Amino acid sequence: MAAIDPPATPIAAPRPHGRLRALFDELWKDKPGFIGFSIIVLIVLAAFFAPLIAPYDPATQSVVARLKPPVWAAKGSWEHLLGTDQLGRDILSRLIFGARTSLIVGFSVVALAGAFGVTIGLLAGFRGGRTDTILMRLVDIQVAFPGLLMILLIVAVIGPSLGTMVVVLALTNWMIYARVVRGIVLSVRQTPYVEAAEMIGCPQSRVIFRHILPNLMSPLLTLGILEFTNIVLAEAALSFLGLGVQPPATSWGLDVSTGKDYIFVAWWLVTFPGLCISITVLSINLFANWLRVTTDPQEREKRFARARAAVRRREERRAGIRREAA
Amino acid sequence: MNAATTDKPLLEIERLEVEFDTRRGVVRGLRGVDLVVGRGETLAIVGESGSGKSVTAQAVMGLIDVPGRISGGDIRWKGRSMVSRAGARMARDIRGKEIALVFQDPMTSLNPLITVGAQISEVLRRHLNMTRADADLRVLELLEAVGIPAPPRRARQYPHELSGGMRQRVMIAMAIACEPELLIADEPTTALDVTIQAQVLELLAGLQESLGLSVLLITHDLGVVAGLCSRVAVMYAGQIVETGPAEDVFGRPAHPYTQGLIRSTPRLDDRMERLVAIEGAPPNLLSPPGGCAFRERCPIADTVCEVQPKPAQVEARTDGTVACWHASANAWDMPVRAETGMLRAV
Repeated sequence: MAAIDPPATPIAAPRPHGRLRALFDELWKDKPGFIGFSIIVLIVLAAFFAPLIAPYDPATQSVVARLKPPVWAAKGSWEHLLGTDQLGRDILSRLIFGARTSLIVGFSVVALAGAFGVTIGLLAGFRGGRTDTILMRLVDIQVAFPGLLMILLIVAVIGPSLGTMVVVLALTNWMIYARVVRGIVLSVRQTPYVEAAEMIGCPQSRVIFRHILPNLMSPLLTLGILEFTNIVLAEAALSFLGLGVQPPATSWGLDVSTGKDYIFVAWWLVTFPGLCISITVLSINLFANWLRVTTDPQEREKRFARARAAVRRREERRAGIRREAA
Repeated sequence: MNAATTDKPLLEIERLEVEFDTRRGVVRGLRGVDLVVGRGETLAIVGESGSGKSVTAQAVMGLIDVPGRISGGDIRWKGRSMVSRAGARMARDIRGKEIALVFQDPMTSLNPLITVGAQISEVLRRHLNMTRADADLRVLELLEAVGIPAPPRRARQYPHELSGGMRQRVMIAMAIACEPELLIADEPTTALDVTIQAQVLELLAGLQESLGLSVLLITHDLGVVAGLCSRVAVMYAGQIVETGPAEDVFGRPAHPYTQGLIRSTPRLDDRMERLVAIEGAPPNLLSPPGGCAFRERCPIADTVCEVQPKPAQVEARTDGTVACWHASANAWDMPVRAETGMLRAV
């Protein structure tokens, strides 16, 4: 068959550099995914270089500059692009610094709870029997136990801090991963290819990591993103109750919950941090959708074919217009 | 149907091309397939895996989905195009009603949560607007027709309570529920064991006769073809290489590929030392070769086969065509003996 192949066919270069390059080209062709990726990079960069970018210290108060509207509103000024809050703090600066807390808490809680929940779920689903019963009853107990009460107890003992918050949020949010993963593992275990892998003597670890885990990719990505939003909002609730980030530190969620008292007087207090949360989640969604398709060989081919079909349609339409003009 | 369309053949496929856009290039799945199915005719498409049999059936059923697409040619139902934009709407009404499909795998084609009776009556109520009571009665008739004993009891059972052969019968009952004119069966017996295979084939033959159905059978099992079909089309690398009445194609195969296929079919009456295969593999459809697609594996290929474009379909025998520059030459040293009767034994 190789003899029939034309020598000019460009088969993907095996160089790691070339592969990364090809992957980036693929991302570039998927516009929503690329936009999502760009925004995520922007937000992460902004959070990282916050002190260099932010025009003001996010905690500096100013009684004379309270509740200033954003620059394009009637009484806005260029001094505070997105206005100020009830204590005269610059909203744009708070958003840039708030990104740090929100992103750190969101990502690390999802990662921590996800890792723990997935491990438990894999173990329960794969081992089955008594292991399964015990682990899943643990999950049931944890689900039945009011999360806020547990957080209150722990924070009261250890004292509030960013680290404590990440741990308590992970502790109260891992169960959903365990349940979802266990369900999928139970069904994937039955598939002939997993049975075949066991038959040819794959060690259990290889069966789990090579044959079962990749099947969890797409549901876990979806679940992780849904949870990310939940966590950002849960962090806001905790901070609002005084159990989360402590002033002068700030987060998007905290700004939303303190700003809601002023919603009729100064809409910008809740709007901008709220927008930040939505845009972040939307961007992650767009990028994760691209990622999910890219990890599924079949879906990846379909996406490629759809893109080609779209290009072809566009060309046909253009050719049709040209013909009419002539 | 008005008078003008009734004399047209039921299904005409003309120069049909299907391409698949893949990341490695465009795979040309079908490369100009011509096929005609007449009324009451039983046509078999045979060929090895990847030759385009199933893609042809899928194109007729409108099941070509990304990454595949119909890139050229036409499919006409009673003379009217099903591929054009206007025809696509008409085709939606025809498919499932006038053209029905029997799937390959009866294990996964039935919904495990719904009783088989309800699944059949769904078809009746959707396509023929029957009332629930009428549909339920018709379901019993249909189950009877496909040879399922005790229909009232079976209708209330779930797919897992039926054996594979029973399930395939249910699939056939669903397919003939709307009294279609054409039944497309895509390897209907592949998932069944040999005795059940024979029963299902007999059922198809019986239904074909009693209902006046046309049948388009997709298979790689030459024995199945010999037993059921009046006409045969042999596919290779996305093209049809030979067509004709079954006795002729099997008795006096004109194309070297057909000859090779028959030669490599094991026979019950002949204790061969080893099975004979056709050496080599089909060409890569990413970059199909010019000239004859089979020449790389053909023992009698010469420069004509390489230099000339694809061999034209020429008349072979009576009522048949063959796409070969050396049609009817004896390609293999072992003589081809094929009485279709013997093939049935396979």
